Amino acid sequence: MMMEKKISVKVCLGTTCFVMGSANLQELIDTVPAKYGDKVEVSGVPCLGLCSIDWEFSKAPYVKVDDDVIKEATVEKVLKAIDAKLNK
Amino acid sequence: MAINTPKQTSHLKREILVRLIKAFLSDNFTENTRLIPFDMRPKGSEVPYRCCIHKERAILKDRTVAGLGMAIEDVEDSTLLSTLAEKALERTEPEVNPLTVLTTACKGCVPARIYVTDLCQGCVARPCVNTCKFGAISVINGKSVIDPAKCKNCGMCAQVCPYQAITKIIVPCENACPVGAIAKDEDGHAQIDFEKCISCGKCVSACPFGAVHEKSQIIDVLRNIKAGKKVVAMLAPAIMGQLPCTPAQLRKAILDLGFADVVEVAQGADVTTKTEAAEFEERLLHGAEFMTTSCCAGYNELVDKHIPDMKPFRSNTQTPLYYTAEIVKKAHPDAVTVFFSPCVAKRKEAMKNPNVDYVLNYEELGAWFIAVGTQVDKCESSEFEVQASKEGRNYAVTGGVAKAVQTLLPEDLPTYPVVINGLDKQSIRDLKKYAKNGVCELGNLIEVMACPGGCLGGNATVNSYKAALKQLTGYVESSETIKDQVEH
Ligand code: SF4
Ligand code: SF4
Ligand code: FES
Repeated sequence: MMMEKKISVKVCLGTTCFVMGSANLQELIDTVPAKYGDKVEVSGVPCLGLCSIDWEFSKAPYVKVDDDVIKEATVEKVLKAIDAKLNK
Repeated sequence: MAINTPKQTSHLKREILVRLIKAFLSDNFTENTRLIPFDMRPKGSEVPYRCCIHKERAILKDRTVAGLGMAIEDVEDSTLLSTLAEKALERTEPEVNPLTVLTTACKGCVPARIYVTDLCQGCVARPCVNTCKFGAISVINGKSVIDPAKCKNCGMCAQVCPYQAITKIIVPCENACPVGAIAKDEDGHAQIDFEKCISCGKCVSACPFGAVHEKSQIIDVLRNIKAGKKVVAMLAPAIMGQLPCTPAQLRKAILDLGFADVVEVAQGADVTTKTEAAEFEERLLHGAEFMTTSCCAGYNELVDKHIPDMKPFRSNTQTPLYYTAEIVKKAHPDAVTVFFSPCVAKRKEAMKNPNVDYVLNYEELGAWFIAVGTQVDKCESSEFEVQASKEGRNYAVTGGVAKAVQTLLPEDLPTYPVVINGLDKQSIRDLKKYAKNGVCELGNLIEVMACPGGCLGGNATVNSYKAALKQLTGYVESSETIKDQVEH
């Protein structure tokens, strides 16, 4: 329990995700550390490469919480995913 | 400030634009346009918002019509999108009224009215019944009931109910419009009265169904580029806070879309600043009480349509877009000019200016990048040939215009800037008062921006306000002051 690994949150700030809504997820980069302290590591990252497959741009913005991909991400969805991991 | 909160409706609007651009760039534009609603809701797919797949597709079709730059109101249900796409290719000028309202989506939202909720206790005092001047309220089965035929929506009953059991159901667009230009008709479809509308775009942002659309000119721009025309992009200052890259990368990204040149409208803002500072000084010397700025298209429409008394007090200086377009057309008379705008209002300004051929907003630009797979942060840099000043680049932020003008005024001139940060019913009342009385007790240099926060808060921006402001401010800080231009 003591050596628990940090949860990593990657908010895609590539162009597709940014235009489809991750512009509004930038606040997570400030609010997540404030809320969860050092249990969660959050950063904005360049294109995760998910938007260019087929028509998958329509499911942007993408956020990765560890290895799980959140499609059409919103602040609420991301926080829920973090909570779910922490309470496991 | 919660300007520009994330909205599911913008996601849909942007998705349609991406699909439309992809369709244009494909080898079968008309057929692929016809298929957009079916591609988005294929047979057997989930129906996320509406009663059935057919209704969803009907609404997506309407949204595509707006994307093609046409009035949804004028299109028959039976007309195919492919036919409309063909028509869009033929037009030589954009339609005059910049907005259109989705019929199907709009009818779902209830008209404004006074409504008695379950909280009604059927009390003995019955102040509602006694207050209503129109005899519209009676008590049936121990609860107040409003007769819609008699109710005049005055709201008096709601004010007197001790349980706050009566509420007014508002229509978001009607409530947001500062000049009463949009209202539901008998069918429940919101209609915009373009004689009154100042194109502020507030209804576009306010409608929770995303029913109010800008008519896009994206097809017109794509067509001109495809035809090999010399298309020149003119970027409003607000764009520099919109996308995750540097201004020089953005310039390169836009050049790669097929534009012949990309210039900053901040360059024209520098001309505005110099002209307006000279005008202000001149006016004060002649005893003027105050002057307002004249760069915001929404404000200009407001003065022209609703506050004619303000005309003598509004600066005669032209807008940054005006000067920029003039410079471009002088250098390249054969150029097709496209203004990259943060708002609807500039579409109206562009239509009145023969030097501005088309307008695209930041949603449309973003959709274009998605459609061709541009990652702007991976683009190389390309510097602007003419570098605008710090002050000109800061026009996009509330207070920025007045500050720029002030920079060039003599220090001993008694200058008192006042900032109107967004037009709403209250600020319009204030402006009417200043115009009528011929004085403004708060100051003498009044900057007016229709959008809260300035152009960065425009209805068609993509970045959130705070992040956009930070990004733009970084750019502004790294630029040279306009004072240097004047001294040379
Ligand atoms: S808010 Fe206005 S435009 Fe939107 S659905 Fe309601 S009436 Fe129609
Ligand atoms: S654009 Fe502005 S003025 Fe025109 S109808 Fe909408 S809210 Fe009213
Ligand atoms: S931009 Fe986010 S996955 Fe490509």
